[in-house]
Formats: sequence, structure tokens, C-alpha cells
Amino acid sequence: MSKMAPVQYDEKTRRYIDAMIEAEEQDRAALRAAEGNSADAECPCREGMFPTRAPSRRRFLVAAGSTVGAGAAGLLGARAAVAADRKAPPGAEYFDVPDDPTKQQGRPVAGDGGYGTRSQFETEVRQRYPTPNENTSWSLTPLDKMLGNLTASGLHFERHHGGIPTIDPARHQLVVHGLVGTPKTFTMADLKRFPSVTRKHFIECSGNGLTEWNKPTLKTVQGTHGLLSTSEWTGVLFATIAREVGLKEDGAWVLAEGSDAAVMTRSIPMEKMLRDAIIAYGQNGEAIRPEQGYPVRLVLPGYEGNTHIKWLRRLEVSDKPFMTREETSKYTDLLGDGKARQFSLDMDAKSVITFPSGDMKLPGPGFYNIGGLAWSGRGRVQSVDVSVDGGTSWYPARIESTPEPMCTVRFSFPWMWNGQPAVLQSRCMDDTGYLQPTLKELVAIRGSNGPFGSIYHLNAIQSWAVAADGSVSNVHA
Amino acid sequence: MSTHKPFITAVCAVVMAACPIAAIAQMPNDARFGFGTPAKPEDMARYFSIPPSGRGLPPGNGTAEQGAKVYAENCVACHGERLEGIPQPGLGGDKLIGGRGTLATQTPVKTVESYWPYATTLFDYVKRAMPFSVPGSLSDNDVYAVVAYVLSEAKIIQPTDVMNAESLPNVRMPNRDGFVPDARPEVQLYH
Ligand code: HEC
Repeated sequence: MSKMAPVQYDEKTRRYIDAMIEAEEQDRAALRAAEGNSADAECPCREGMFPTRAPSRRRFLVAAGSTVGAGAAGLLGARAAVAADRKAPPGAEYFDVPDDPTKQQGRPVAGDGGYGTRSQFETEVRQRYPTPNENTSWSLTPLDKMLGNLTASGLHFERHHGGIPTIDPARHQLVVHGLVGTPKTFTMADLKRFPSVTRKHFIECSGNGLTEWNKPTLKTVQGTHGLLSTSEWTGVLFATIAREVGLKEDGAWVLAEGSDAAVMTRSIPMEKMLRDAIIAYGQNGEAIRPEQGYPVRLVLPGYEGNTHIKWLRRLEVSDKPFMTREETSKYTDLLGDGKARQFSLDMDAKSVITFPSGDMKLPGPGFYNIGGLAWSGRGRVQSVDVSVDGGTSWYPARIESTPEPMCTVRFSFPWMWNGQPAVLQSRCMDDTGYLQPTLKELVAIRGSNGPFGSIYHLNAIQSWAVAADGSVSNVHA
Repeated sequence: MSTHKPFITAVCAVVMAACPIAAIAQMPNDARFGFGTPAKPEDMARYFSIPPSGRGLPPGNGTAEQGAKVYAENCVACHGERLEGIPQPGLGGDKLIGGRGTLATQTPVKTVESYWPYATTLFDYVKRAMPFSVPGSLSDNDVYAVVAYVLSEAKIIQPTDVMNAESLPNVRMPNRDGFVPDARPEVQLYH
């Protein structure tokens, strides 16, 4: 890499990256302090191979505690008293831990008011990218802590340009108009009367990994790849709604508009809308989370995250794209020759090892089950290879979940670590035959004509170096 | 009576086999469900999205001189006296002008002036999402005016030019031809 001209970030991006490095450093310092303070201080795994076993009070003193309605719980019966200073991680509630849970009654059935919380011992959280304005910012999914293929709804990455709106579904409407036979307004009740589909798809922000073009920058896989999440989405196909309003011949693009303070808009090719688009109101078995577009969002399987318009209120059929700010000023890829790619919508095939990954520490030589995620916006994942020698030799990985179109799969690879330094990589191929490229290959194409500012769509192979002492770090290999 | 039962069951089975329609899911005949309400023109009035043709631009107009006042009152706090942007916590307004000719250099600076291909996008975006703290609060005249101010400070139009539904789509942005279609999947990767 050293011989190539470095990727030129524009000045705003450079500021963002510096701030993120600092924020990640603070986060790690807080984690270290918390762990040093806990009973696990002597555990050799404490540097991140496994989650710490007890949440530290100090760590969560400032974090928002759970605010499950005490009133509702009180109505339903007694429960363990929660001392004011005993904070649980976000999404959990603090309970005293008995010495022996078999010697006393547990909490009463439905004592939680009828909606459960996660365990107070589970501490993973999304991490916000420290843009100057917290209403236009993003937060990253802790991929290293995720189990299985679906992302917990509360850990799904976020990107908002005008904060998270509070929307009453009884008052929310979706209007479909433009080059249609009968412009129509649909209430949430109307939308839910249509036949629905339920499909698993990933969403990835095209800015995922933007810090990583020039040099290995962020330490953890949450930082380098955390703008990726997978959910099961439920909703009406756009095709169903299209038939309902009737499409006119010249309708080639559809503008989708959100009901947030950014009134976010993107133009989507009609072909994609009719093939794949879901007007989704369900996520992982319940209503879509407010951060994900409650009460209804557009899901465009395989397209860059920004196009999956949240808080969807309007679809306008048109003959041409609208050239909105988000498809001109933003989400375009400035190349080395000064030209910018526009409507770069598909997310190319990509994979990453999440265990072991940056900032973890392996306790010693022996067996490790390497694990990770692979995905493609153009179809199914066909195969995944793993290398433990920086890409010199590749071996097929085991696919651990059923490959579905435009959905992540889990993969694993059994590895006997001999204690020598190693560089771990994964690469995937999708069912179009596209093979995940190296960073060098991408830079050669997009920056061949001098400098470039193509910060989006980095889908290169990720390298994690394992040092002789077991520590794992982000490297370019 | 009980001896008739097998007979009746058999008849039912034959009837159902012969008339499968009784057992399958049903659709409205024209494949439409009839849900939703026809949108009334008055319900549509609050929506807009302005393509490069200028279709849907509202009546009204403004000049850079008027826009300087609108900018001073509504934008300067976050975007700065010289439209240079203020990357401070809580503000984070982008740099709006400058950077012309930098896109193919070592330090590209993307602004309305250097990067945006269409002036209509500026009208659409400011009317939709700015001022950041009170989006959608400006009158159409004020949006035309502040757009004229930004374009004039960027030396794209004259300070005296009037921006309205006719003139705005005709403004030629410096980077109008700076965009190319997505070239992925990149053929160079299939070597
Ligand atoms: C409270 C701070 C604030 C105020 C006041 C404000 N803006 Fe902004 N502006 C922002 C932020 C933050 C962004 C970036 C939004 C995003 O990330 O999507 C922005 C983005 C923009 C952009 C897009 C820049 C680009 O390159 O994409 C334009 C144009 C703009 N503002 C114009 C204005 C105008 C005109 C006004 C006054 C009418 C105004 N703003 C008032 C904070 C502000």
C-alpha cells in the first residue's frame, strides 16, 4: 500500500475521522477502567475475547439506565427493589443477584409489565460516531458481540440526518402519486390489510468503513464494519401498491420521502422498486423501532442504506430522477479524475471476521473457531474463504446459516493457533460470481488517476493481525 | 342415520375435487384490493420535490441582496459569516462555497459551489431541511432569496440576478457535467 498515493478525504471527512479515533479511544479507556474495577480483573480474557462477566457500576453510571415503568410493574405485583444507584446497562433493569437462585423465589410472571428486557449482564451497545451535530450522525452495531445472523433490533445501526421523529401511527399516511392512474393515500391500517411478505435482509450504509481507505484507523470491528445490520422485515411489496394505484408508461423512477426533520428524499429506479421493494412496518416480529423508521420504512434489499427511507410518507412516480441533495452532494463517489459516480446503489459482496477481531486478545495457543459475516447486495453468498496467512492460501469456510438473497450469512473456520504471528482474512463470492476484492484492487480502480475522495462503498478484504502475545489488531496486509 | 355419514363425506370429497374454487384463496377480480383513499389535490399541497427541470417550483422570487438578510438571520450561526461552515459541536453546518477546481486535486473540497450539479437541488434542500433547527420555516420568497445569495457568493450568478421558477433551472452549476453513472461491478476486478 505504501507506494500508492493516499486516498484524499475532503476536509469534513478528515475531521470526522479524527473525532472518531478520539471517541473510540475514550470508549476503550472507559471499558478498561470498568474492567479494572470489577472482580474479573485477573481474567486473561478481559481484553475483549469474551464479554466481561459482570457489568461495572462505574461504567454505567453515566449511561442511561433502564426506565421500565415502575407504575405498571407495581400494579402487577412485587419485585426486587431497585436501589437508585444500581444502574443496569441500556435496555436492561437492575436486580439483586441472590447467592443461590434455587433457594428463593424469582421474579413474578409478567412483573416486567408485559414486555421483557435483556439481562443486566449484557452490556453491548451501539457506539455513536462523534459528528459535531448529534441529530445528524450515526451509530455502529457491535458486530463482535452479535450472536447469530439477525441483529437485535435495539442494536441495529443508525444513520439519521435530522434526529428520530416521534410519529403517531394513527395519524401517519403514505401518499403515492405522480405518474400513476389514481393517486392514493394509505393509512397504516390500509397498508396492513394488503397481503404481506416477510424476508430477511441486511442493510449496510455505503459509508461503512470510510475511515479505512488510507491506513488501518479504527481498532474494533464495530468501528470498521458496524454500519451493517440484518433484520427480518415484514410489509407490503411496492409492486402490490403499484397495481393498486396503476402505473403510467413513463414512470421510470420513484422518489421516496421520509417524515423526519431532514424530510429525506432519494430517487429509486422503478425496476428495483417493482422487483424488490418492501414497504415495511415489521422488524424481527414486532413493529419497526423508531430509530428504524416507525411506523413504516422503505426496504430496498441490497441497496445502500440511505435509500431505505425511514418514516416513509410519500412515493412520487416520475420519468426522471429528482437529483436530491442525498444523491448529488452526498452518497456520490468522487474518483481520482475529479468525476463522481452517481446512483452507485448496489452494495457489493463483502465479508469480515468478527472473532477474533481488533482489540481482542487470545489467551494462548490452541483451538479457536474463527467466525464472521458475509453478504452481498447483488444476490446470495455463494462461498466464503478464510486465510490465516494474509491471503497467501485460502480455505473454504463453513457456512452456518442458510444463504438468502441480499442477506448476511454466518461463517466459521476451525483454527489451531500455533502461537506464531498470523494475519486473518476472509473473502466471499456471491452467486453472480463476484469475488470480494483487496483494498489495493479497489484503490487502483477508483484512484488510478491521482487522488480521489471516493469514501463510500469500501468492500475490500479486512485483515486482522494476531501477534505472538495473542493481541489482535487492525492492519492493512 | 349414522350409515349415511360415509356417503355424505364421499359426496363432499367428490364435489370439492370437482370444484377446487371452493377451497382456494380468493383475489379481487382485477387484482386490486380497493384499499386507500384517492388523494385530494388540497392534501397534496404541502408536498414538493423539485427536479432539475424546475417542475413544481412555487411562485415567488428573490435576489442575493434580500438573501443576505435571510442568511444573516437564519443561517449564519451554523454556516458562518463567509459561508465557510462551522464544524463546532451542536452546529456542524457545512461549508457552502469555495473549493472550485479542487475535485481532482490532493485536497478535494465539496461544496454547493464546487460539487453540486443543479441549482434546483439547493432550492429543494433549503426549503425542505433548513434552517436545521427549524426546518421548513422559510417563505418561498426567502428560500429564493437565500438561494440567490449562496449562488451569488459562489460567483455562479450576478448579485442582481432574480431567482424564480423560470430563472433557477437555467442556472449552470460549475460541476454540472461532473457526474458519471455507476461503473460497478468494476470489470477490472475480473482479471
Ligand atoms: C442549527 C444549525 C444550522 C442552521 C441555522 C442552518 N444550517 Fe444548513 N446545515 C446544518 C447542518 C448540521 C447540515 C448538515 C445536514 C446533514 O448532515 O444532512 C447543514 C447542511 C446544509 C446544506 C447542505 C450542504 C452540503 O454540501 O450538502 C445547505 C445548502 C445548507 N445547510 C444551507 C443552509 C441555509 C441556506 C440556512 C439558512 C436558511 C441554513 N443552512 C441554516 C446546520 C444548520
